[in-house]
Amino acid sequence: MEITAAQALVQCLEKEQVELIFGYPGATIAPVYDALHDSTIKHVLARHEQGAVHAADGYARVTGKVGVVMATSGPGATNLVTGIANAYMDSVPLVIITGQVSTGMVGTDAFQEVDTTGITMPITKHNYLVKDAAQLPRMLRNAFYIASTGRPGPVLIDLPKDIAETKIKFQYSETVYLRGYKPTFRGHPNQIAEAAKLIAQSERPVIYAGGGINSSRSSAELRALAETINAPVTNTLQGLSSFPGDHPLFLGMLGLHGTRAANLAVTNCDLLIALGARFDDRVTGKISGFAPQAGVIHVDVDPAEIGKNLPVHIPIVGDVKQVLQELLPRLEIRTDSRWLEQVDVWRKEYPLHYEVEGNLKPQYVVEKLDEITGGKAVVATDVGQHQMWVAQYYRFRRAGGLITSGGLGAMGFGLPAAMGAQIGLPGEQVILVVGDGGFQMTMQELGTIVEHQLPLKIIILNNSVLGMVRQLQKVYYNSRYMAVEFQFLPDFAMLAQAYGIKDYIMRTKEEVDTLLPQALAEPGTVLVNCLVSAEEWVNPMVPAGKAISEAIDC
Amino acid sequence: MLHTLAVLVENSPGVLTRVAGLFSRRGFNIDSLAVGRTEDPEVSRMTIVVDGDDRVLEQVTKQLHKLVDVIKINDITDDEYVDRELVLIKVNADHTQRVEVIQICDVFRARIVDMGRKTLTLECTGNHGKINALEETLRPYGIKELVRTGKIAMVRGTKNTGYQDNGAKEESL
Ligand SMILES: Cc1ncc(C[n+]2csc(CCOP(=O)(O)OP(=O)(O)O)c2C)c(N)n1
Repeated sequence: MEITAAQALVQCLEKEQVELIFGYPGATIAPVYDALHDSTIKHVLARHEQGAVHAADGYARVTGKVGVVMATSGPGATNLVTGIANAYMDSVPLVIITGQVSTGMVGTDAFQEVDTTGITMPITKHNYLVKDAAQLPRMLRNAFYIASTGRPGPVLIDLPKDIAETKIKFQYSETVYLRGYKPTFRGHPNQIAEAAKLIAQSERPVIYAGGGINSSRSSAELRALAETINAPVTNTLQGLSSFPGDHPLFLGMLGLHGTRAANLAVTNCDLLIALGARFDDRVTGKISGFAPQAGVIHVDVDPAEIGKNLPVHIPIVGDVKQVLQELLPRLEIRTDSRWLEQVDVWRKEYPLHYEVEGNLKPQYVVEKLDEITGGKAVVATDVGQHQMWVAQYYRFRRAGGLITSGGLGAMGFGLPAAMGAQIGLPGEQVILVVGDGGFQMTMQELGTIVEHQLPLKIIILNNSVLGMVRQLQKVYYNSRYMAVEFQFLPDFAMLAQAYGIKDYIMRTKEEVDTLLPQALAEPGTVLVNCLVSAEEWVNPMVPAGKAISEAIDC
Repeated sequence: MLHTLAVLVENSPGVLTRVAGLFSRRGFNIDSLAVGRTEDPEVSRMTIVVDGDDRVLEQVTKQLHKLVDVIKINDITDDEYVDRELVLIKVNADHTQRVEVIQICDVFRARIVDMGRKTLTLECTGNHGKINALEETLRPYGIKELVRTGKIAMVRGTKNTGYQDNGAKEESL
């Protein structure tokens, strides 16, 4: 029987076990929406395409599934760009389907035509422009395979309207044949053996674990490794929540706003075990000062990350989970504690600190969140100072509990990503911590949140300034503050009311103590407006161009 | 240092843009790039001459590998290989210079493919060095127009840098 390519696409999505699509319709994608009418797949209508794609991102991170996004051509596609780039930078598996003008019109500057595959080429793992309807099922199968294997990432399919309406003989093939795409899953056994040897010889090992641990779901293996060899663990921003935040071996985050203990441990270690991390500039600081005495073992599924920024002694290309599973039996239990004692000295000497007294402190709110939830909530953040405070003060005790925009650092990510996470985890506590700036970038998604009755808890750390940029202006531009202070903010309580959302306002420590537990216990959506001090700075901070051992307090 | 890469790619639309875009985006320097079909109509071959040290080359190769449309990459720089480039040169040659230019032509085994009132158009193939030498020799006469294809290359002997279908057509999941 012949069906349209649009119908075939929907059937393929069903075969891929897609339960949910985040999207926004328009003329060129209309044939697909028509086909969706007859499907069991649910559709979440966002309020903006950026909201849809960030939501799919949050959903994919918490469920481990591929997030699926749909949008129309032209403005629909361009509105997706930030979200696609975000997923690309943080290696989140997405399949994005965009409408396109009919093939006869392509290249004529037709109404709502943009070169979507051209625009998204550098920010997708792969993309397709469908020119032959019969190829669509194969492309879709490939898209899911590419998005979810190896280093995950977004794959886009651009579907011209006339192609979507073309009748084809539908054939779904489960097999994938991509001669140019063969990700390596198993690490090389010799390299793994070498790594075990180096570990046995080391005296001052540090494990530096990144987002790869979360995306390959290998927290248990990471913990087993750390406990077996008795090595302290530091996380990248994206790696946070892959290791228990209250574990005695945990050093906290490293890098630009990392703990001094983590940065000093890396600086002084003789072996750095990098797992699913990519030596990002925000992590390494001045590269020559990063782990200068260390042998480096680097495990990553993406061979291009190995040796990109730092020479590596033992490169292991493979899925970090599989590599760790093969490495663990080769290791001997170590109990030597001299190195850990040294690390403890740093930890005690340089704890994270802030002045609790006075105006309500944003750090205090995060500490309180940690205390109330036992570190077990899924916490999404936006981008800015509040994001760093969550990274520093929330002690994640749930694997994969942090949802944050790390690589791209895209303000506006938080609210829609938290929405997607809550949709993916219906019965669980999802909390968004967001700045007043970033919240206003995508706050239209409150509509979607209410429509789906999501019990999301939105905590605005409202300092009425663009805190992180203001901090940068304080440090690097002599406090010549420019364009970082809002002269107008909406009344967030009335905004909540407009959406029928329960709201709280908290101005003092005492109010937080009594009201925050209450707010988190509410059954429905809650918006908490915390009026916090604007004169707080994310400390410590590694100045630009300095080594991570040279952090300052500002 | 200049490296010569033989890159096999899917003959799919956009593949040249993907490769070229990758080079410019990551700041790799292409010296020349030639592309055309191979013995397999679904596979194209790019000969890319790229400038960089070993670290740059490692990144170039790894990043190219990440493109789904890239099937195989060979850095043939250190292999024995045959390389050729084709050049078309329109050079000033009025009646006083014509004989000289034709003599140069002979020396380089170039061919005259067109003749104007005051110009000659030559065609020449050879390796990079020979084409450079021809260009330099003709420069004093006044080169009106010049176009080079960029180099294509193939390893000598039986070593194969092409794509072999190993029979495993379908990779089952
Ligand atoms: C889309 C986007 N635009 C601009 C920036 C630059 N930026 C980084 S942090 C920041 C300030 C964020 O302010 P706010 O959301 O209020 O959070 P705070 O830092 O005060 O916690 C800005 C403007 C960005 N990261 N993303």
